[in-house]
Amino acid sequence: MTRRRMFFKMLTYSLLRRRSRMTVALLSVAIGATVLLGMAAVSYDIPRQMGREFRSYGANMIFVASGEEALLRVDAAQRAAALIPPDELIGLTPYRYGIVRVNMQGYTAVGTDFDQAAKTSPYWSIAGEYPKAGGEILIGADVAEFTKLAPGSSMTVTGRAEDGTRFRLDAKISGTVRTGSVEDGFIFMPMPTLESLMGSSGVAEVVEVSIAADETELKRIVSEISREVPEISPRLVKRVTQSETTVLSKLQALVFLVSLVVLVLTMICVATTMMTVVLERRKEIGLKKALGADNRRIAAEFLGEGLFLGSAGGALGAVFGYMFAQAISMNVFGRAVTIDWRLPLLAVLISIAVTIAACLLPVRRAMDVEPALVLRGE
Amino acid sequence: MNILELKNISMIYGSVRALDDVSLSVGQGEWLAIMGPSGSGKTTMMNIIGCMDRPTAGSVLLEGEELSGLSPSSLTAIRREKVGLIFQQFHLISYLTALENVMVAQYYHSMIDEREALGALERVGLKERAKHLPRQLSGGEQQRVCIARALINYPRLILADEPTGNLDEANEGIVMEIFRRLHGEGSTIIVVTHDPEVAEEAQRIVFLEHGRIANVVRRDA
Repeated sequence: MTRRRMFFKMLTYSLLRRRSRMTVALLSVAIGATVLLGMAAVSYDIPRQMGREFRSYGANMIFVASGEEALLRVDAAQRAAALIPPDELIGLTPYRYGIVRVNMQGYTAVGTDFDQAAKTSPYWSIAGEYPKAGGEILIGADVAEFTKLAPGSSMTVTGRAEDGTRFRLDAKISGTVRTGSVEDGFIFMPMPTLESLMGSSGVAEVVEVSIAADETELKRIVSEISREVPEISPRLVKRVTQSETTVLSKLQALVFLVSLVVLVLTMICVATTMMTVVLERRKEIGLKKALGADNRRIAAEFLGEGLFLGSAGGALGAVFGYMFAQAISMNVFGRAVTIDWRLPLLAVLISIAVTIAACLLPVRRAMDVEPALVLRGE
Repeated sequence: MNILELKNISMIYGSVRALDDVSLSVGQGEWLAIMGPSGSGKTTMMNIIGCMDRPTAGSVLLEGEELSGLSPSSLTAIRREKVGLIFQQFHLISYLTALENVMVAQYYHSMIDEREALGALERVGLKERAKHLPRQLSGGEQQRVCIARALINYPRLILADEPTGNLDEANEGIVMEIFRRLHGEGSTIIVVTHDPEVAEEAQRIVFLEHGRIANVVRRDA
């Protein structure tokens, strides 16, 4: 038998002889690691998960023409969009504005891409449907109320093109839109329709972009587009991005706090168990010291038990934590969580660190045991 | 030549003087018995001789090395190297076999040598019981394992605390025979005992009372 084998034999017997206590400590570490990994995985994935949820509040970036230009070119916007990682780009909607009249009343006509608008502005409440053909339009709720027109009705829109010639469009109202904002006073039509009325194409006043990313990533994208596509001035919609950042940071702080509390509870449970074990083994510790064991050896035996509890509990917790994170993600966000391979490893390492830290006071107590107590027959 | 010298040692716990200005020398190869009633200071003296405690005053020399100023870790090292302890209650580790209990002392001393540990058990007549757990051994056998464990690292001093206190007459005889043999081989033995028959085997008996040496009887004189 080697010294190492003797060490492991004593360690194994020590764990097995107090299996109920050790099981409680092991489960405590496992539960701690489960919550830690579950929370860390969700917290790590929250920006991705919540980012998509937040996209229902509208675009978080707009493109406008840089400098003194009033219009930006749509192909420049497409080049800028190519710089955004495809898995982060939710939608990109150009908007072009023109002045039109309906029954002598002036309105703002907006040409856009309705497929993209549905992605960047999913909060729009549509009665009827989006325009599908060139002769169809979508009117704001206020326009519908003022003109007393409803989906299915016809509307005549007149105005002047850029070259000053008059135009007239007899369109069918496919639906109405209500947002509670300025859109309620607009008349929306497909971009090609407005372009043909205005007599020019390929430009827009503004392009709204919806990107599933946190503020840091958005700032990086802004910086890259400004550098690579100078004719475009990308801007963050601060009311959206800052709300996202605030909510995410509060959520992550909550997750951190819960994890911290669970780790402290785990530490208390392990420390209590190990303290009880030290008290139960005082005579054995005294004997070993009487036989010549120094404090380093005594500490190694208890820390060895701590290492086992930490690594085994941590490994168990990593498995359960994965399942816990998936359960949270599926129930809260309705999709699977992506767990970085480093997180389970980190959970095991933190479990070991917490368990070893919890063992320090009991180990101190073990080192304080006097060898003389075996002579006193205590 | 003296292996152990206690010079004017005192041990004071609060207002209690457990040992009061005690001086004692133990020669190399000597068999000494310490007797005395409860509270006379026997255990305190055992702790000091066994390097498990330091006196409040006075000096302790083991093979010429001063112990009284050493740190607990240095005392542990000396105890490990030079002292073999035998306990009244055996103090075997219940989940280890007789052989492994002997090897535990090797484990804390230096290297584990199974053949040597088996040889130590053979010296106390327990080679055949090497693979038995303590609960499978009689009291006498457990005490012999305890003796084998004390001998395994070739201590300079064997310190026995009531070695026959928990044994019947037959086992007491076996253990004392082992002590006689060890003494014959030149081992230095200090036995603390209440039993006059055990004490009478020693060359010298020291009687303690109220922390002082009340009487010394030389049996080989």
